[in-house]
Amino acid sequence: MQASLDQKYNFEIIKWFVVSAVIYLVIGTGIGVYIASELAWPFLNFDIAELTFGRLRPLHTNAVIFAFGGMSLMATSYYSVQRTCGVRIWSDKLAWFVFWGWTAVIVAAVITLPLGITQSKEYAELEWPFDLLIAVVWVAYTFNFIMTLAIRKTKHIYVSNWFFLSMMIMITILHVVNSMAVPVDMFNSYSIFSGVQDAMIQWWWGHNAVGFYLTAGFLGIMYYFVPKQAGRPVFSYRLSVIHFWALTFGYVWLGAHHLQYTALPDWTGSVGAAISLAMIIPSWGGAINGMMTLSGAWDKLRTDYILRFLIVSLAFYAMSTFEGPVMSAKTVNALSHYTDWTIGHVHSGALGWVAMVAAGAIYHLVMKLWNTRMYSESLINVHFWMATVGAVVYIISMWVSGIMQGLMWRDYDEFGTLTYTFAESVAAMHPYYVMRAVGGLIYWGGAVVMLYNVVMTILTASARKPAEAATATA
Amino acid sequence: MSDNNQTGPIQYKFETNVVAMILITLGLVSVGGIVEIIPLFYLDETMEHNQHKEILWDRQEGQTLNDWQAGDGVRPYKPLELMGRKVYLREGCYLCHSQMIRPFRDEKERYGHYSLATESLYDHPFQWGSKRTGPDLARVGGKYSDEWHKLHLEAPRSVVPESVMPNYPWLNESKIDAENTVKHMNVMRNMPNAPAPYTDADIASAAAEVEGKTEMDAIIAYLQVLGTMVKFDDSIDYR
Repeated sequence: MQASLDQKYNFEIIKWFVVSAVIYLVIGTGIGVYIASELAWPFLNFDIAELTFGRLRPLHTNAVIFAFGGMSLMATSYYSVQRTCGVRIWSDKLAWFVFWGWTAVIVAAVITLPLGITQSKEYAELEWPFDLLIAVVWVAYTFNFIMTLAIRKTKHIYVSNWFFLSMMIMITILHVVNSMAVPVDMFNSYSIFSGVQDAMIQWWWGHNAVGFYLTAGFLGIMYYFVPKQAGRPVFSYRLSVIHFWALTFGYVWLGAHHLQYTALPDWTGSVGAAISLAMIIPSWGGAINGMMTLSGAWDKLRTDYILRFLIVSLAFYAMSTFEGPVMSAKTVNALSHYTDWTIGHVHSGALGWVAMVAAGAIYHLVMKLWNTRMYSESLINVHFWMATVGAVVYIISMWVSGIMQGLMWRDYDEFGTLTYTFAESVAAMHPYYVMRAVGGLIYWGGAVVMLYNVVMTILTASARKPAEAATATA
Repeated sequence: MSDNNQTGPIQYKFETNVVAMILITLGLVSVGGIVEIIPLFYLDETMEHNQHKEILWDRQEGQTLNDWQAGDGVRPYKPLELMGRKVYLREGCYLCHSQMIRPFRDEKERYGHYSLATESLYDHPFQWGSKRTGPDLARVGGKYSDEWHKLHLEAPRSVVPESVMPNYPWLNESKIDAENTVKHMNVMRNMPNAPAPYTDADIASAAAEVEGKTEMDAIIAYLQVLGTMVKFDDSIDYR
């Protein structure tokens, strides 16, 4: 059976994406722990330019979003599109080009970002030659995916593929527009947009890197891997249809809520906030759709640790898609903007939703691709608890520090003067920055456990018995 | 799929035809961006200088950038400031410092008058930031002496014990390159959108302006001009 699957589908390329994803998870979260520690103990900057917070922070975000997130998306989308279409990936060569091209982008990021080579646009820091490379590789990735859909053996395009497809299309548009720049030389350029327009375009990109790359793409993962791992069909077809179209249309508008009360005209921010509130509906519809897929089989959560990852990730998804609209409401935003609350919100999505749904999918994939059980079931459980506890500690510390910052900045004493200097608010953050670093460290430890488990599974795969029906069938 | 699996005719079309799916998705994802972004380039109300001409520097024939006085209105960056801004971008200062004061009482008292869109007219890319791990810098210009900034950048905790900012001692070591400065100015001058209105004389004098200056001098020059360009009239609501 496995031999014929290996011939029918291109599993080899998926293996490379999967292993890369796990390695980059360890590296990306590791850098995150380091820069979190720099904020708690600034001596860790060591007066070395390449190690300062300002240069490593873009490396952290690029590593987790584009290296880990990208490799996870490519692994899962190229795997599930083959399975759901019943055909091999359209072009093996193009798929390999995508793998090595994306790896080249990541290597370029690791070298250039610590050197201070940056366009200084958040989540789009890489300089123009690498932006061109990203565009080429991304279009190749998208094209290969679309052509695989085009040659499918099934009549319908499965729901996970809708989400992957809309993610690919939107990211292409966003990347091309947001990265438009005039070069000074090989490693310097300036955005062609300025001021208020640049701000809007940047956050149109910034929020949709979250909305499409980290949400639509990872919902594609959810719609394939949750039903597969649970061994049950998606709860509601109609809910998936609503979820998809509402998300595709609505998410694009949200970027403006990052700019409330700024010099961006009021109407733009208000439109962004209004649509943000409405987005609760499709987001929760999707989360419920994923969770209810388990209905009638809840007992599996006791024994299937991979399913735990997938279901808990949906709980985090529901939580952060509730928190997001709340934070976009003007009165809340007035307090939360510029504070650590935003950082906490991002990480409840990133650690809780994105990385956990990806981890669940990756464990599933490792067993399928190497046709074996995991090296250690209990280590999956260890990873699960470290990830959950780490994420919760991280999020709580940022909630407390964020709300506290916001309140300290606007606090007045009985004489009508500001109670706190800015420096006092910085000092007050110290315990929470320590706590955040600890939460991150626990999460990172979980990622290391995962890497060990995956590596050992691969190394010992041939020595152990093939996967049994219990770990889900194809 | 277990329940509700009746496909309507439109959904059926998209689900079974990949080209239709791509086209409708392209259309749907474009709407939000078109509605929110494109008007910002055309609506006069977006930039305050369309209503209040005085906030943009009205440069007279023959005036140099050095003839500009604080409060004369928004102008393009001087050569040294522009290169200082480049250092600001390189070091990722925007990741911890915003440059966007909101119209709240506490922000006015802490930082000054709320920021205007026109004040970042020549900022390619914008530097509003998204996080205040450190304070807002939109109006930091003139608040501290050059000497204070130098001490603070070399070792922040020597002047602000609570600070978590890294030390930037290496800014003293690199000199600003004159030829490079001219290249940066020319790019800004030839921007297809919101170009910096440099004159030939501005470009010609750039080399002399940055002669012997370090990156430390440059970033201090940049910080010292932030927020000083517009003279605000408290009786006017700018936006």
